[in-house]
Amino acid sequence: MSTSAAAAPTYENQHVHAVYNQIAAHFSSTRHKPWPIIENFLRTLPAGAIGLDVGCGNGKYLSVNRDIFIVASDRSRNLLEIAGKEESHRPHAVVEADVLELPHPRGTFDFAICIAVVHHLSTAERRVEAVRGILETLRPEGRALVYVWALEQGGSRRGWTADDEQDVMVPWVMRGSKKAASADADGPANGGQDRVFHRYYHLYREGELNQDVTAAGGVVLDSGYEKDNWWVVAGRQLT
Amino acid sequence: MKLLTLNFLTCARKTCKATAASFPLHCREVELEQVEMDPNPLFIKNMLPRLDWKAMKGLTQELGLPQLPNEAPSEEELQGADGEPTQVLNDLHTLLMETSVVSGKLVCGNCEYEYPVKDGIASFLLPSHMV
Ligand SMILES: [Zn+2]
Repeated sequence: MSTSAAAAPTYENQHVHAVYNQIAAHFSSTRHKPWPIIENFLRTLPAGAIGLDVGCGNGKYLSVNRDIFIVASDRSRNLLEIAGKEESHRPHAVVEADVLELPHPRGTFDFAICIAVVHHLSTAERRVEAVRGILETLRPEGRALVYVWALEQGGSRRGWTADDEQDVMVPWVMRGSKKAASADADGPANGGQDRVFHRYYHLYREGELNQDVTAAGGVVLDSGYEKDNWWVVAGRQLT
Repeated sequence: MKLLTLNFLTCARKTCKATAASFPLHCREVELEQVEMDPNPLFIKNMLPRLDWKAMKGLTQELGLPQLPNEAPSEEELQGADGEPTQVLNDLHTLLMETSVVSGKLVCGNCEYEYPVKDGIASFLLPSHMV
């Protein structure tokens, strides 16, 4: 299933934003370890570099490099509050914003990362628009690193392959009755029962993310597959 | 939200971004606080050429903070002969990195939309009729 252009914002509110707000504390508790390619991208930036983390979630990439400045944004207020409180994130800043309406001046930033965000947009046009909006914030020589979930993840417990449906609802299970769940800031699971939330995903096929970058008027500088995700380093121009 | 952030924010509306009046956003009814952190002289020195000094100076005026000079300090003014950070650098650190907006409104000079700041987090989510 794929949504119509007019229905897409409401659909995403219900099946993406509302879910992340509800599962924020539990989700955050499972997201600590930075992925190596992203960590390396941020570590190798020169001191004084200024950039964006679009869809920062709990801000796990804000503790990687203290010598740069990141304006991190997310749609989930609850995740942002977690991101903003962490002591090691202090050199940076967090704001509440939508990937399609970024509150940043154009042509300004040295870098941007957008990790596990674009696949939550429910039409092809909106996904391309998101990439376009991110590229627009960059200086001519700026670089954006974008990660999306892959359709081809035969090795994962989800087991999807290239033959599967690309637009899917992926469950998030919060276990009831366990100690961790009852202490959860999301609220105790009722009567100790498991609660299941479903998030909308568009699973990317091989080559599809690169096509989105081109359609957004950008250039692909590097790309690859890492652990169930397709990634791309994109710029506004070559060199 | 540290004041440095305001140098990298503008109105979220696409029609505003192309207008000069949308940058920087204006502070209204803003409450500030100081959030201590260790100075990072290398960061300040390297970032400074990227800062829109005029926008920063205007912001300090709006907020009633001590006036900045007309021109950004040179690299020599940031580091003493002994290699230690100067008072100029420490003052910049205090202003840009430690002085933070806790609450208030950030207002677009073009469309006059007011973005609220609560608990140190500014919200740029637009009502659907404005998108
Ligand atoms: Zn505006």
